[in-house]
Amino acid sequence: MVEIRRGSGGRASSRPLSPQEGSSRPVPPKGGAGPGRERRRRAMSAWTTIVLFLLPGLVLFGLLVLLPILIAGYLSFFKWNGLGGIPAPGSDRFIGLDNFVRLFNDPIVLGDLWHMLVLVVLSLVIQLPMALGIALLLNQKMRGRAVYRTLFFAPYVLSEVIAGVLFSLVFSPEHGIANEMLTAIGLENAAAEWLADPDIVLYSLFMVITWKYFGFHMILYLAGRQSIPKELLEAASIDGAGPWRQFRYVTLPLLGPTIRVSIFLSVIGTIQLFDMVWVLTQGGPVHASETLAVTMYQFGFQRNQFGYASAISVVMFLISLVFALGYQRWVLRRDTEGAITSMRDQR
Amino acid sequence: MTWRRRGIALCAAALLVLTGCGGGDSGDGSSGGGEASGQVTIDFWHIGTQEPFRSVRVQQAKAFMEANPNVKINVQAIENDAFKSKMTTVAQTGKLPDIFQSWGGGVLKQQIEADLVKDITEDISSWVDTLSPSSLVPYQFDGKTYGVPYSAGMVGFWYNKKLFKEAGIEEPPATWSAFLDAVKKLKAKNITPIALAGGESWTGHFYWAYLAMRVGGLDALKQAEADNNFNTPDFVQAGKHLRELVELEPFQPGFLGAKYNTPDGQAATVGNGKAAMELMGQWAPNVQKEASGKGLGDDLGFFPFPAVEGGKGEATDVFGGADGYAVSKDAPPAAVEFLKFISSVEEQKKLTAEGAIQPVVKGAEEALTDPNLKQLGETVAQATGFQLYLDQAFPPAVGGQVNDSVAELIAGKKTPEQVAEAITETAKTEAE
Repeated sequence: MVEIRRGSGGRASSRPLSPQEGSSRPVPPKGGAGPGRERRRRAMSAWTTIVLFLLPGLVLFGLLVLLPILIAGYLSFFKWNGLGGIPAPGSDRFIGLDNFVRLFNDPIVLGDLWHMLVLVVLSLVIQLPMALGIALLLNQKMRGRAVYRTLFFAPYVLSEVIAGVLFSLVFSPEHGIANEMLTAIGLENAAAEWLADPDIVLYSLFMVITWKYFGFHMILYLAGRQSIPKELLEAASIDGAGPWRQFRYVTLPLLGPTIRVSIFLSVIGTIQLFDMVWVLTQGGPVHASETLAVTMYQFGFQRNQFGYASAISVVMFLISLVFALGYQRWVLRRDTEGAITSMRDQR
Repeated sequence: MTWRRRGIALCAAALLVLTGCGGGDSGDGSSGGGEASGQVTIDFWHIGTQEPFRSVRVQQAKAFMEANPNVKINVQAIENDAFKSKMTTVAQTGKLPDIFQSWGGGVLKQQIEADLVKDITEDISSWVDTLSPSSLVPYQFDGKTYGVPYSAGMVGFWYNKKLFKEAGIEEPPATWSAFLDAVKKLKAKNITPIALAGGESWTGHFYWAYLAMRVGGLDALKQAEADNNFNTPDFVQAGKHLRELVELEPFQPGFLGAKYNTPDGQAATVGNGKAAMELMGQWAPNVQKEASGKGLGDDLGFFPFPAVEGGKGEATDVFGGADGYAVSKDAPPAAVEFLKFISSVEEQKKLTAEGAIQPVVKGAEEALTDPNLKQLGETVAQATGFQLYLDQAFPPAVGGQVNDSVAELIAGKKTPEQVAEAITETAKTEAE
């Protein structure tokens, strides 16, 4: 905590420096003693300041983010049970790419990849459009709008563990509310073993994730929708565009940047999904709801196969990285480019 | 200027703190920095998060500290699963808590091989004969002792006498076919025969392990442990017997997702009288009571796992384990002294009287009041052979595979042959 505050303090204190520098540039130096050297001295001291202020943050980032990534990458080439210190490079524990070969032949990991794909597709096709729809609804003038907004956003505020425990009660096969409600309205046949049936559990999990996260995306969309100027929609309606055309040709394109960011967050979140699965099902029954992160945890911390677990985490990291970079490059480019050029303009 | 200088000072301070943190741990090696003044600190991690365990352990530490003013004991009760994860993490730093929960077997062996555990053979030689010899077996390797047990028991069937009577079952089944008949009779009366926590795979492995013991005998398991080959007719046959049971659909609805000690889990289902039996260890009555709120009282009965017709194993061979505490390599001598203290007859009786443990100290069994636990204790005492839980006896990778594969067998996703193959494959790669 302290370090983080210090980091931002560094940024804050460097801010007054740059305008100072900027304003000093057009003014020609009064003394004739080497304007170039003076400028260099200033640039040097500015750099020292920047480096010094960045250092604590960089050290922390290196220790807590980069180093673990490197260690995991290193361990993924070894067979290690977690005891007796990290194996040395030349030790007989080195097994080359065996962990990765095993991984791509492991039905559990392949299942994880499939579950990931299913959850991503379901999120994009159901969860996000639903969030968008509700956001647009809640943007209308209606009674109790604030109450609805708060209600829909509330699940997101709840901790994952609490939500998980709640839903394990809701989905309990004999006394769970889900089945009791279905029975009460005469749909006994729809009652199911929500978390115990390998064919259903993934969809139950998706329901819970949707319940938990659509509020977050809804708030994003609401904010995006409110930044759209009323005049544009008015102009469209004067031109004779009905509600659908207004949505299709004005709202949707202008919500583009928000939607692209929300898709990004949703996909990355799904790739790394762990806590909810762990609390609800621990990946079961028989791996039917397992995700890469859960498999990694089980092999690492329960079966003491840290090399293999590291290999899984490396694959997870690579998937996230490739997706993030690709998405930035191909999809978000327009948005970020705008941001950068406008920053340049301001300068 | 002062701003900037202050920034530099802050950075320097931050660096100092950071490097200080990095190097600090190594100096802490021999627990208790203040040993110069004769003050010793002992970290004690145990898994008794439920009563009466939690408070009894704290009281014992207090009593010990009063008698030994130079010793300070930090007692930490950590929930079972969290404890295991935490242990894996601290083991990587090369230092374990001074006294920690252990089940012996493969996990302890790995820790011993990594030179993390103290050989206490000498330290306890003066009082080791107060402990029952079979309870020490999981803690002994190559003639040396690495832990002190506090509870040893066995896994067996806990059944609801009333429901058995309703279904017309005269006496607890002694053979596998009689057992399957009993399951059918219970089903015919619309009673769920067995509760199983399919969501926690260790519960299912009891069935496969016991069947393997009854079919192949203890030698089959010893042989498999030695040559890492589980792909033998005996283990496949054990899987087939388990399939026979699973095909009768004896478990409660939604068992594949059920946990063990939650309010709708395995223990509570039996405790509420919603299922007629469960296969579980000596702690079962206590957990049934805790999870269901009342338990079965006098309706609860116990019978050992039935014999399998034509099997090589004895029906008197026992499957179970001993809970105990191991001592870390660098622990101060007071740690062993504390174990001696809690292993006295009086201290053992405290937990025994509450039905929380199955005592290992001779003489403490007098405190047993529960007839089922008495019967269980006698069965253990008269056992012709003893097998430790498979997920403890083997290294974690193999134990985990046993649990996982058996769970898949119960869910109908794997055949008995595939189970034997999968376990063999893991055992062979792990041994390489």
